[in-house]
Amino acid sequence: MNVMGWRRHFGTGWLAAVFAFFYLPLFFLVVFSFNSTRQDSVFTGFSLRWYQALWNDTRLVEGFMLSFNVALMSATLATVLATLAAFVLIRFGRFKGRTLFNAMLSSPLVMPEVIIGLSLLLLFVGMERLLGWPERGTFTIVLGHALLGMAYASVVVQSRLKEMDRSIEEAALDLGCRPFQVFFLITLPNISQALVAAWLLTFTLSFDDVVISEFLSGPGVTTLPQVIFSYARRGVNPTIYAAATLLMVVVTLAVVVYGVYIARQQRQKQVRFNPVNG
Amino acid sequence: MHQRGRSLVLGIPWFWLLLFFAVPFFILLRMSVTDMGEGLDPFAPLVQTQAGQVTLHLKFANYVSLLLDTDLGWGQTLYLESYVLSVKYAFWTTLLCLLLGYPFAYFLARSEPHLRPLLLLMVMLPFWTSFLLRVYAWKGLLADHGIVNHILIFLGLTQEPIQLLYNDVSMLVGMTYVYLPFMVLPLYANLVKMDNRLLEASQDLGATPWQSFWLITVPLSRSGIVAGSILVFIPCLGEFVIPSLLGGAENMMIGRVVWDEMFSSNNWPRASALSVVMIVCVVLPLAWYNNYVARKVEQERLG
Repeated sequence: MNVMGWRRHFGTGWLAAVFAFFYLPLFFLVVFSFNSTRQDSVFTGFSLRWYQALWNDTRLVEGFMLSFNVALMSATLATVLATLAAFVLIRFGRFKGRTLFNAMLSSPLVMPEVIIGLSLLLLFVGMERLLGWPERGTFTIVLGHALLGMAYASVVVQSRLKEMDRSIEEAALDLGCRPFQVFFLITLPNISQALVAAWLLTFTLSFDDVVISEFLSGPGVTTLPQVIFSYARRGVNPTIYAAATLLMVVVTLAVVVYGVYIARQQRQKQVRFNPVNG
Repeated sequence: MHQRGRSLVLGIPWFWLLLFFAVPFFILLRMSVTDMGEGLDPFAPLVQTQAGQVTLHLKFANYVSLLLDTDLGWGQTLYLESYVLSVKYAFWTTLLCLLLGYPFAYFLARSEPHLRPLLLLMVMLPFWTSFLLRVYAWKGLLADHGIVNHILIFLGLTQEPIQLLYNDVSMLVGMTYVYLPFMVLPLYANLVKMDNRLLEASQDLGATPWQSFWLITVPLSRSGIVAGSILVFIPCLGEFVIPSLLGGAENMMIGRVVWDEMFSSNNWPRASALSVVMIVCVVLPLAWYNNYVARKVEQERLG
């Protein structure tokens, strides 16, 4: 009994210590974003000056706008491509080059981002010399992020497609639907939750990425993480703490909203299947 | 019509992957066997026909230069050193993640079942906050007059602030911090499924809790340990942001060396050769892992 008690306390202590490790940096960012001085070890007083500095920092604000747009575009592109790729892998059975296809699709999951960035940069430089297009900038960053995001998104979509009941699709085909009608009317609505999850995942990946953007951006095009990265290398800058705090608020809100959305969908499903109990 | 639709659905992702994954990869390979002096054309043909003579342009000088320093001799290059250092950091990070993460996942899997979803969410929540910002926070925390030094002094572990930033300490803290969830999640998934009757049986047979832990729990969770270690080790190898923010001049990892070679020295062929070797470094442990999983599946199939 005594031993069990000791073990329980040790376990709780270990969990608490590791959670403290996980949350210490986040806590630090939030607290010191409200500090009245540049100090990063002593809290000298509450102030909003760093938020004001953030608001007036055009590089950070413009970087935010650019990152947001890039993330919107690349998440959408990645999700569409990943859905096609996942559909091909799960529904088409064996086809020529399937192994190669799968390998190329999932490689970016393990490839160091430096290599993805470098090899794409070489491609774009070559294409620009040969065809005069594409110029490095927003467009090339979107392509790079989409390549990375597609690998992650296809994992999510594939697992949903695998567990989806195929008989509904077959029934629709039997009732005379064309394949593309089946896809848009049956398959897509059925995997919509996975598509939302995949889109959100690729959005955050893109919004957070600094390495691929560093390789693929052109003059005058700097995403928010790139701006933060260049500030961060120079030393302490509480303006970044303020930006971090705002981002954390947005992320927490998004997670809550997404959680509520999932919970509601599940409740609706339950209501549909148990109309009496619901 | 059906056939056309099928080839369109198949064709779009094929085209995309070939253009943005396969072609860049071959350009990288091609660039790595180019001579600096020949100009930097990513699309330069590998085979040239001149006056009826076919010549193959392959220069392995870039690969040799990774190992051979003209003044110091074989194996005395900064490149080799940074590879070794990258592997070292990846190894120590994996070990630290395992030491911290295994008990964590173990106690998580044994916590109250109704608390588990919340605790898991708490593990994953920091994930959704920018990786860059979480690493950046450590720069403030580990500074000479930062909070960690205050804590160490308060605990009486040191009288004077010690240097924690821009050295091995900050590198390992940063990398362990970022990659710990990658270790915890597969371990948790494995440990939570464990059959408790085996532990009860071992205790009935007279094993102490410590013995049943080492003889039953740990061997049964081996696949989780391997999966978690791979998930930590591989991304650590190519880490770029953490050495840039938390490392000093000494803590050169290969990702940063590639970057410098590309943009500071403008030596694209050498950057490419470095990348090709880096790909090999990533593929080898992965191949070993795939082999391990395949053998495991085979064993389970045979009972």
